[in-house]
Amino acid sequence: MKAAVIAAEVGRRFAGRWALSGVDLEVAEGETVLLHGPNGAGKTTLLRVLSSAIAPTRGTVTVFGAPVIEQRHRLALLTHADGHYDELSGRDNLELAASLGQLRGDLGALLERVGLARRADDPVRTYSAGMRKRLSFARLLLKSPEITMFDEPYAALDTAGHTFVDELFAELRARGATVLISTHQVARVAPMCDRAVRIDLGKVVWQGRGVDVVTGDAA
Amino acid sequence: MVRKELLHLWRARSRVVATFAFAFATLLLFSFAGGLNADLLRANAAGYLWVGLLLASTLSLGESFRVETAHDSLEMLLLLPVRPTAIFVGKAVGNLVVLLLVGVVMVPAAVVLFDATPREGLAPLLLTVLLGTASISAPGTMHAALSARARSRDLLLPLLLFPLVVPCVIAAVQASRACFTGDVMDELGAWLRVLVGFNVVHWSLGALLFARVVED
Repeated sequence: MKAAVIAAEVGRRFAGRWALSGVDLEVAEGETVLLHGPNGAGKTTLLRVLSSAIAPTRGTVTVFGAPVIEQRHRLALLTHADGHYDELSGRDNLELAASLGQLRGDLGALLERVGLARRADDPVRTYSAGMRKRLSFARLLLKSPEITMFDEPYAALDTAGHTFVDELFAELRARGATVLISTHQVARVAPMCDRAVRIDLGKVVWQGRGVDVVTGDAA
Repeated sequence: MVRKELLHLWRARSRVVATFAFAFATLLLFSFAGGLNADLLRANAAGYLWVGLLLASTLSLGESFRVETAHDSLEMLLLLPVRPTAIFVGKAVGNLVVLLLVGVVMVPAAVVLFDATPREGLAPLLLTVLLGTASISAPGTMHAALSARARSRDLLLPLLLFPLVVPCVIAAVQASRACFTGDVMDELGAWLRVLVGFNVVHWSLGALLFARVVED
């Protein structure tokens, strides 16, 4: 299968400390990959480098055979830092993303789908963390990218939100999208993934089938 | 991007009000420092106006990027993807609008506080304010972006910006002085051309180099 993302010898240093050191990772088109590992292992940094949110200190990232920076329109990253503007409403934030990213979609339907229709015109500063996360999902659905990267997608969400995320993963898999998920909800997510990658101390320390993580073979 | 900046400015109007309040307080302090010497105040009105605007600009410029870094919105924009040049132009125009609004309100304040009536009329003075604030906005946006992620960004921004914009401020002060006291030496046009030149250089450099600043 064609490679969607290739990270070659990727390293990233923050203030003299290597958060990632020599990560080699290849994700095939249509593959769903779980990234897991302890706090501070480098999972978030890896996703940010793979998505081109930050540049690697060394190494390269290519997406569909081209430098990732040239392929930004084909990927999306959902992370803790949501990028929403506090003073604007949820609808404004979504309209902004649609206008700046030249994206088309029924914003009302998206807000309805993520459960924000009733609060869509309130400033985002009045939203709870879970509502902000839901707005991030709406923006991600608007972009509808070929490669989607999730960093702790379940964090701050309620039970209904967890179900929404599960359904979204299933939808993305059915659509043939390439998905990378970094989460501590390993038991929940691993069975949905084709492959699991364990990161520790900024390195890939184990790779295997998603189901093997649940049965404990990754330990 | 420009529309986004203007919408955000409208929703967070307190930024403009705070910048104006700071600039006005600076003018007020200058008027107290000058004491009862009306001639001194009148002669230095242009300088006071621009020092007030320059100091107030650091508040506004810093805030314009605090908004972008608070929730990593700048990263979100780059991933949408929005071209860094478009981000620069949008932010710089947004900063220009704030400074221009403050500058336009500061002119009558300076007239009242320093008894400095613009003898050349209001139009050349407003043109000077436009060109002067634009020549602060472009490099200000660039350096606000540079210092946005630094821990001591509030200290860093004026340290980086002031040396760079000193020539622009000198030109703006000289042009404003000619407007206030009368253009007897026929130098107003020359100073305005200098300001146009600075604007061409700063806006072009900003558009060219902004990607290097924001692409981490």
